[in-house]
Amino acid sequence: MARLAVNPTRMELRRLKTRLKTATRGHKLLKDKSDEMVRRFMELVRQNKALREEIEGDVGEALHAFMLARAVSSAQDIEQALAMPKTEVTIQTGTKNIMGVDVPDVTVSVPSPKDLLPYAFSSAPADLDAAVVKLSRLTEKLLRLAEVEKTCNMLADEIEKNRRRVNALEYVMIPQLNETIKYILMKLDENERGNITRLMKVKSMIEQENI
Amino acid sequence: MIKKGKIAVIGDKDSVLAFKAVGMDTFSATNVFETNDLLKHLKDDYAVIFITETLAEQAADTLEKLKSRPYPAVIPIPGAGGSNGYGKQSIKRDVEKAIGADILFGE
Repeated sequence: MARLAVNPTRMELRRLKTRLKTATRGHKLLKDKSDEMVRRFMELVRQNKALREEIEGDVGEALHAFMLARAVSSAQDIEQALAMPKTEVTIQTGTKNIMGVDVPDVTVSVPSPKDLLPYAFSSAPADLDAAVVKLSRLTEKLLRLAEVEKTCNMLADEIEKNRRRVNALEYVMIPQLNETIKYILMKLDENERGNITRLMKVKSMIEQENI
Repeated sequence: MIKKGKIAVIGDKDSVLAFKAVGMDTFSATNVFETNDLLKHLKDDYAVIFITETLAEQAADTLEKLKSRPYPAVIPIPGAGGSNGYGKQSIKRDVEKAIGADILFGE
């Protein structure tokens, strides 16, 4: 591992030691954050998977009923029947914070299920009623899925970013600092030894002269 | 910061019409360019955008760009032809990205 390009001085040593301390602490904190995020993520992603499986089945069913309705009645009729929807789904959107990631938080207000069909019973096939009713029941679930899936997306992104940071600290920063500190210590010791030898030599030279 | 949000559905005409009845705004698109165009226009006005899996698969690049912000949430849903598994794949990709290995769909 390459060491940093610094002068082997006592001051530099002190500076590096503080940096090492900060890096180690940061590494520990980030690692903890990563663990917790992964735990949350696993919870959410399980939920996500279950919801999605459920919804894929249900939406398929609803659309299937819709296809049947289209088959028995003309395209214009269907379009006309649905042209002016009676209900409107409104959602309240906010954000909440999971481990420093802003994720969407959706509150749904689904209108009352009665009075849902925007057309007269006589003008559309029964399959259409079934499709619309099924879909309207699904709305809330769909929005839950939207919320959970988006949260998972964002958490996954953040976990990846965080892992890069942890790895950079663990495998680059900290070894580099350790290496450099060791190098400076060795260099200082070496200087010290050189100094002692020189002193001893000078001392013996003086003693020789005195004799 | 709580705002009112709207819901959009993008897909081929057959899949989309049914969602109109339950009060979502629907937009029909048939190819990648139309989809990208729609996404570009809708991304600031809508909080949740549902998009059929076939179109989502084709417009994956655009969806990727929208992933980093909380809104809009662009969610693939199965279209009239049933599910082709794209939605599940995207969950799988998330897991692989976060954990490094796929542990949910392993079986």
